[in-house]
Amino acid sequence: MENQTPLALATVPPQVTPFDPSLLLWSHTLPAGSAWSGVIRRGNTMRFTDTHGRGNVSILFYNAANPSERYNMPDTLKAQHTAYLTKGHVCYSDMGRVLCSVADDSCGWHDTVGGTTQATNVLARHGEARFGSHRNNMHRNGQDNIQVELEKWGMGKRDVVANLNLFSKLSTDSTGALHFQTDHRAPGQYIDLRCEMDLLVVLSTTPHPFDPNPIYAPEEIELSVWRSGTASANDICRLHCPENARGFINTERHYL
Amino acid sequence: MQTLESTLSPSTASFEVVIPSGEPWMHTLRKGQIFRIVDLEGNQAVDTLFYNAKDISERYSATHTLQSQAALYLGVGTRIMSSEGRPMLTIVADTCGRHDTLGGACSCESNTVRYALEKRHMHSCRDNFMLAIARYAQTHPDGPFFSKRDVVSNINFFMNVPVTPEGQLTFEDGISAPGKYVEMRAEMDVIVLISNCPQLNNPCNAYNPTPVQCLIWEGA
Repeated sequence: MENQTPLALATVPPQVTPFDPSLLLWSHTLPAGSAWSGVIRRGNTMRFTDTHGRGNVSILFYNAANPSERYNMPDTLKAQHTAYLTKGHVCYSDMGRVLCSVADDSCGWHDTVGGTTQATNVLARHGEARFGSHRNNMHRNGQDNIQVELEKWGMGKRDVVANLNLFSKLSTDSTGALHFQTDHRAPGQYIDLRCEMDLLVVLSTTPHPFDPNPIYAPEEIELSVWRSGTASANDICRLHCPENARGFINTERHYL
Repeated sequence: MQTLESTLSPSTASFEVVIPSGEPWMHTLRKGQIFRIVDLEGNQAVDTLFYNAKDISERYSATHTLQSQAALYLGVGTRIMSSEGRPMLTIVADTCGRHDTLGGACSCESNTVRYALEKRHMHSCRDNFMLAIARYAQTHPDGPFFSKRDVVSNINFFMNVPVTPEGQLTFEDGISAPGKYVEMRAEMDVIVLISNCPQLNNPCNAYNPTPVQCLIWEGA
């Protein structure tokens, strides 16, 4: 690893603690169509499980200590020459640091370009379902859900950027046309997002905006957190490409 | 890739400016005006953002634009969409054929990741954006006030970043050429923020950043 002193290298853990149900700090079922936000500390891993195989999680990450540092879709894609995320990839901030890394993944493709739903297109596609008639089964949308959670942290729509969509596959053909792959999801698929920084995580379990299902059908998602430690010296994400090795150096220098 | 020539003559334009290589530029377009960017010497990436001039918290959104056309690349007919899901501009002519919105802007920080930690101090588009919004605050003391939060994923005019069906992101520059242009009609009053890209580490500017020209015509 370039330019790293022995003292800096000594702070990199020799190994990571993998998922083990007996080691969980907490678990929480995110109901279908819900919003959530919270701070997850550096060295903890979030496992998201799509219990029923029809879920989607629109998600954003911010540096909890300075939320103007946030997930950056183009920097994430350019550094790793990929348009989707799976095991071995990392999520970059606009400051050249690794916010979190995909330590494990049984799904294979998480969308980075589709964005999220908004009130007008949910209404146009699925009709009206407001609280008065539907109570907590009312239709919600990703843009409002994310904005509601951001407001709770003193943030707002100026903090909204292109989001990730966990468990959703949106692929392209040679003309650039985008296609949602409905057969990509399966019950029990999971992704492990290991926090390499103290993160404010903001998410919405609303359907993917390209999901062709004419019925509004969000699904619940299980979130489990354990103390994994940060990326080890021989970590698959760190070794994925020279770009990621440098991204981890930038991240580790931030915390030395 | 579809191309379509404009019927407008530069001699009838009401405004013309050349943005020198590696420099930023900001300007307000009124609804109905036609805005053309000319790649004077060829293969020059023009990193561009748009803001609603009446409320800059409404701004260009790559994801809303991709959703509206269900396709990745920008070209003739693309409606450039805002974060509120409204059309900001429409591309009405284009002699290049394809423009990117996944590659974002280069920055000092991403250069350390992509190339080497020592590249931290090379000039970058993000630094251009920061300088432009700082100057804007000085020359427009009554606002609007831009901050880093407002600088989001941008359009790269004249840049070609194809994605394969397998999801690989590739950089295939070389489709633009001297004199190629893209032209768009403003659908609302918008503030344009441009960085004429100074990147020297990859072929997005053919390793030789050059000036570009902007022209404006009054609408019909």
